[in-house]
Amino acid sequence: MSAASTSPLLQVEDLHVSVGDREILRGVDLIIAEGETHVLLGPNGGGKTTLLNTIVGLPGYRVTGGRILFKGTDLAGLEIDERARLGIGVAFQRPPAVRGIKLKQLIEVAGGDDFSESDMADLVGELSLEKMIDRDVNMGFSGGEMKRSEMAQLLAQAPDLTLFDEPESGVDLDNIAVVGGAMKRLLKAERVGKGTRSGLIVTHTGHILEYVNADIGHVLYGGKLACKGNPLDLIGEIGKHGYDKCVECAVCQR
Amino acid sequence: MPAIEKPFDVQARIAEIRTLAESAIAKPATFGPDLDLMGFDVAADAKSVESLESLTKQTKEAALNIGFDTTEAGRSGSYFQMDRSPIYRKVEEMFDNKLEIMSTEEALAMYPELMYEKYYWRNVAPDKDKYTAQVAMTRTEGYFIRVKAGQKIDKPIQACLFVSENNISQNVHSVIILEEGAEASVLTGCTIHPKVRNGLHAGISEFYVGKGAKLTFTMIHNWSEDFHVRPRTGVTVEEDGVYINNYVMLKPVQSIQSFPVARLIGDRSRAVFNSIIHGLEDSYIDIGSETSLEGAGTRSEAIARTVSSDRSTIYSRGRLIGKNNDCKAHLDCRGIVQSEESTQWAIPDLASVGAPGAELSHEAAISPIAAEEIYYLMSRGVPKDEAVSMITRGFLDIEIPGLPPALRRQIDKALEDTAKESL
Repeated sequence: MSAASTSPLLQVEDLHVSVGDREILRGVDLIIAEGETHVLLGPNGGGKTTLLNTIVGLPGYRVTGGRILFKGTDLAGLEIDERARLGIGVAFQRPPAVRGIKLKQLIEVAGGDDFSESDMADLVGELSLEKMIDRDVNMGFSGGEMKRSEMAQLLAQAPDLTLFDEPESGVDLDNIAVVGGAMKRLLKAERVGKGTRSGLIVTHTGHILEYVNADIGHVLYGGKLACKGNPLDLIGEIGKHGYDKCVECAVCQR
Repeated sequence: MPAIEKPFDVQARIAEIRTLAESAIAKPATFGPDLDLMGFDVAADAKSVESLESLTKQTKEAALNIGFDTTEAGRSGSYFQMDRSPIYRKVEEMFDNKLEIMSTEEALAMYPELMYEKYYWRNVAPDKDKYTAQVAMTRTEGYFIRVKAGQKIDKPIQACLFVSENNISQNVHSVIILEEGAEASVLTGCTIHPKVRNGLHAGISEFYVGKGAKLTFTMIHNWSEDFHVRPRTGVTVEEDGVYINNYVMLKPVQSIQSFPVARLIGDRSRAVFNSIIHGLEDSYIDIGSETSLEGAGTRSEAIARTVSSDRSTIYSRGRLIGKNNDCKAHLDCRGIVQSEESTQWAIPDLASVGAPGAELSHEAAISPIAAEEIYYLMSRGVPKDEAVSMITRGFLDIEIPGLPPALRRQIDKALEDTAKESL
């Protein structure tokens, strides 16, 4: 075991984040170790996307307290692209369409210098990108196409930590299996020499967990991680009793 | 007894052109800054060359930047004009008897009746403004290209209009004729020697697209900060003919004003205008096009992409005139303003003239690059500057269906250079 595996990959400490004048996150603590996949549950507007976007480094998410360490580096002051090059990847829920930039180009850019033509061919086959690869990225893509495009870019990028924002939203059943398969590959690091990868999945429904194994679930409630446990147990409890009771529920380990 | 047809009176027409031009010698153009034409010198003669290889390295490089390949690889013919002198012309052997390339002066000498009656000063009026008047009244050259009926010239024809001296006025008058059923692509590059700072290029272009013929005309401009440019272009398209005009300017200029006019006189004829423009430094750019839809079933599309940086000013105009009850045209002009010191105008202009059935539409937009697009690229590891450059390049990179690969490569190269320079 290398020395790195003893320290967490991502460490969020007492994180406070405001958007505009509103404090959304009020002291979030989260540790994701190498090789772990975590699930983030919680009511709408509870701050799940805020946490993801803050880790990514999008402007507009103001850290007013606490810090985020990635591989031991404090992310404060690092630009989005610097964080990406450190090994953070993100699958957006609704990525923007970019006129004039082809999906193929963006996959190549994400893949960097090592990315080969045969890697591209593999991705096109695996995610059935034939009809999308030469189109402007996300321009007129269906929900399923958009998610497949995100997965292709991330598989090329091969981040150490991938953040998924509602990967199943707007995706039909045929596509969800393809997206789930890609997520599995992203998180299992099948390619040699890429190390053990980690993930953080935001989900409402938990449907995606039929395709991806997750280790730990959290409920983000009232700006804090209120609850922690087996992801499927948590989803079951929330389904039965709602988020309000969740904080006190039996399966909660916190 | 049938009347004997009187031959066309060439001398009378020459006198008429002269009178018209004289009447317009002080007439400012409708658009763009007015220039004092007395300030420019007369171009000197340049010597002809046997081979393009004998041009200087700097000249060759400048030509290559606007798509003129002095090795002539992949070209069906070439024309090179230095200042006012045609110094080189050639038609590849396999295209002999299908394609004529010569200077306009030679064509006037060889086919005087035909030229004066049908083509010379027939699509552009000598008294349009002071620039057409100047070209009509001073010694000028320019190319004459004719593709014979039914001939399909699969490799592009290339022409270079080159300015090698400071402060001259380069006057050019070019004519392209595609006879019935002919097809050709012409790549014209206009540029200057790197030592040239200021000057004027006044260019008349008259294009005639015959029945069922198809002309793809691509022009790449590459001038300098103190150079003025006043092209005047008129096109007529006959039945089932197609005219595609691609215009690319991605380098600084002092001022350019151009408003080519295409008349779709034949039924089912089509015209497409694609323009890709980047305004840099203090460039004053006033560019547009007019399509007059006169035949039944005529169609037209004009697409312009403009990016203005630094202190540049861009006017992007588009005029569609529907004159037939069965005609349809669309205008699509989008701009990005990248600097607080630059100005852009998008001016769509539609008219239905006695044609209640004409369908004309436009989409005009000026907006910044969306920040979320930049962040999206950054999230894949692309630094911000590079993301902006990629998006700008993508914005300018419009799809031009049917563009010959050689022309596509030329436009790609110009865009690539722009992307690199903007970093």
